[in-house]
Amino acid sequence: MTNLSSPPTVSGLAKGLTSFCLGIGILLALFIVAKTTSSPMAFHGYILIIAFTLGIVAILNMGFGNDGKIKAEASPAGIFYNDGVVKAGVIAAAFWGVVGFLVGDIIAWQLAFPALNFDLPWTNFGRMRPLHTSAVIFAFGGNVLITTSFYVVQRTGKTRLFGEIAPWFVFWGYQLFIVLAATGYLLGITQSKEYAEPEWYVDIWLTIVWVTYLLVFLGTLWKRREPHIYVANWFYLAFIVTVAMLHLVNNMAVPISFVEPKSYTLFSGVQDALTQWWYGHNAVGFFLTAGFLGIMYYFVPKRADRPVYSYRLSIVHFWSLIFLYIWAGPHHLHYTALPDWTQTLGMTFSIILWMPSWGGMVNGLMTLSGAWDKLRTDPVLKMLVVSLAFYGMSTFEGPLMAIKAVNSLSHYTDWTVGHVHSGALGWVAYVSFGALYCLFPWLWKREGLYSLKLVNMHFWISTIGIVLYICAMWVSGIMQGLMWRAYDSLGFLEYSFVETVEAMHPYYIIRATGGLLFVIGSLIMVYNLWKTVRGKGDAIPLTQAVPAE
Amino acid sequence: MTHQDVANFAESWGLLFLFSMFVIAIAYAFWPANKEKFTRAANRPLDEE
Repeated sequence: MTNLSSPPTVSGLAKGLTSFCLGIGILLALFIVAKTTSSPMAFHGYILIIAFTLGIVAILNMGFGNDGKIKAEASPAGIFYNDGVVKAGVIAAAFWGVVGFLVGDIIAWQLAFPALNFDLPWTNFGRMRPLHTSAVIFAFGGNVLITTSFYVVQRTGKTRLFGEIAPWFVFWGYQLFIVLAATGYLLGITQSKEYAEPEWYVDIWLTIVWVTYLLVFLGTLWKRREPHIYVANWFYLAFIVTVAMLHLVNNMAVPISFVEPKSYTLFSGVQDALTQWWYGHNAVGFFLTAGFLGIMYYFVPKRADRPVYSYRLSIVHFWSLIFLYIWAGPHHLHYTALPDWTQTLGMTFSIILWMPSWGGMVNGLMTLSGAWDKLRTDPVLKMLVVSLAFYGMSTFEGPLMAIKAVNSLSHYTDWTVGHVHSGALGWVAYVSFGALYCLFPWLWKREGLYSLKLVNMHFWISTIGIVLYICAMWVSGIMQGLMWRAYDSLGFLEYSFVETVEAMHPYYIIRATGGLLFVIGSLIMVYNLWKTVRGKGDAIPLTQAVPAE
Repeated sequence: MTHQDVANFAESWGLLFLFSMFVIAIAYAFWPANKEKFTRAANRPLDEE
């Protein structure tokens, strides 16, 4: 295949229309700034004005003085892949990762030593915690997902990304969403929905960005040069479509005014709770699972240099996973006002989910058949494989905790926190690190990473961190649950609440230490990636240096 | 429409729908004519760029 595509160009009409829309955005933001009584929202208005203005400048500058031609390099097969936006994305992902982990560790220390909130409203645990969850899930995880999906859909479809302005709009629009959400939390703007804290105007902005993302992805699939759509793209597509649906339904709300941040949700009482956890659990199922499985199905075979173990299994895995996950949400509301049958339904579907989850894990692990020796020489592959092990572990633990009898002990305790982090740190972050370690040398066309020793160091330091974290939370959580339900011989509660808090103190310190190790590991990664970009070291993985037998 | 109606619908048509989707997915995955396509697809990440 030679020169299948011509160098990309951007149309003047598209530039004009997008700039016009951003111009309207500036006017709306000006209106908000002028009319609002809320200073945080006025602050957001100023951010929007600056961002949209920079956006217009950047768009008009695209292909300027060059007949609309975009600078692009053809791949060896003659395809002009859009790697610019992917490069920006991996940098953003690494940056937000460190920020999110750091904020997480700060609040972990705050739990052990509350004085660390410095008695300031902005650094209060209640505002910092959503900052942490959104930073790691949406800023770090989201950037990894968007970026890898852009990379994978181009490579597996053998075509350039659809549109020239649109992918960049998705990238920068998403960063703007992150900045609005994060600053909003610290300034006290929240609609108090877990993982969906941003208020109505930020939700609308995300909707615009997300729909554009969907169109870019679908457009790229549409013009693919391979007849069959590779399985990783199915997972990405499920992630994009489902997140759009979840976001729209859970954020149905009426603002008190178009210039005020406060809104009221359309749902009330237990319906609101069920909608929220339908959203919340599928944020786990489709954002943190389906999307990252897309990463797994591309990067594990690629890094191991082996085909997918069973493509048939991957198809069954995909369809069963997406049809089952959507029902599991009610397990977050056991023993609440939610009808009993709904709770049982959530529990049942959670247990059935064992099957596709483990099917996927097995498929990923078995892809290494015949290549297991690479684990000795390639720490990046080791990270990817351990991510699958953690995926298996946390998708075993999750359904277990969804069983009502177990949940009566585990719910509202640190066990939940430990479970989330074994999935988030062990699975999501590790598979992301693996993808980042792959992408940096590929994108900047380096022989390899700056140092595989540093990757190994990162691997061990953060693995010890995760083990400290989750073990501390298991002990602390189960202890907490047992203390809450302990009665004395007269039927009184054995412990007061504050006694449980006191008992958990040592585990909080162990957890925060584990988190610190994880942060240190991520800093080592950033240093390594930075050096890789700079073209230093160029360590070649041994598997590539030794000729094939 | 009562709660019982919804429950009956879920227990009959809902079950049938989900189960037939499952059967379709299995049939698609194991259809002999698709074998070659899937073998090629499994190797897709390894293709040169």
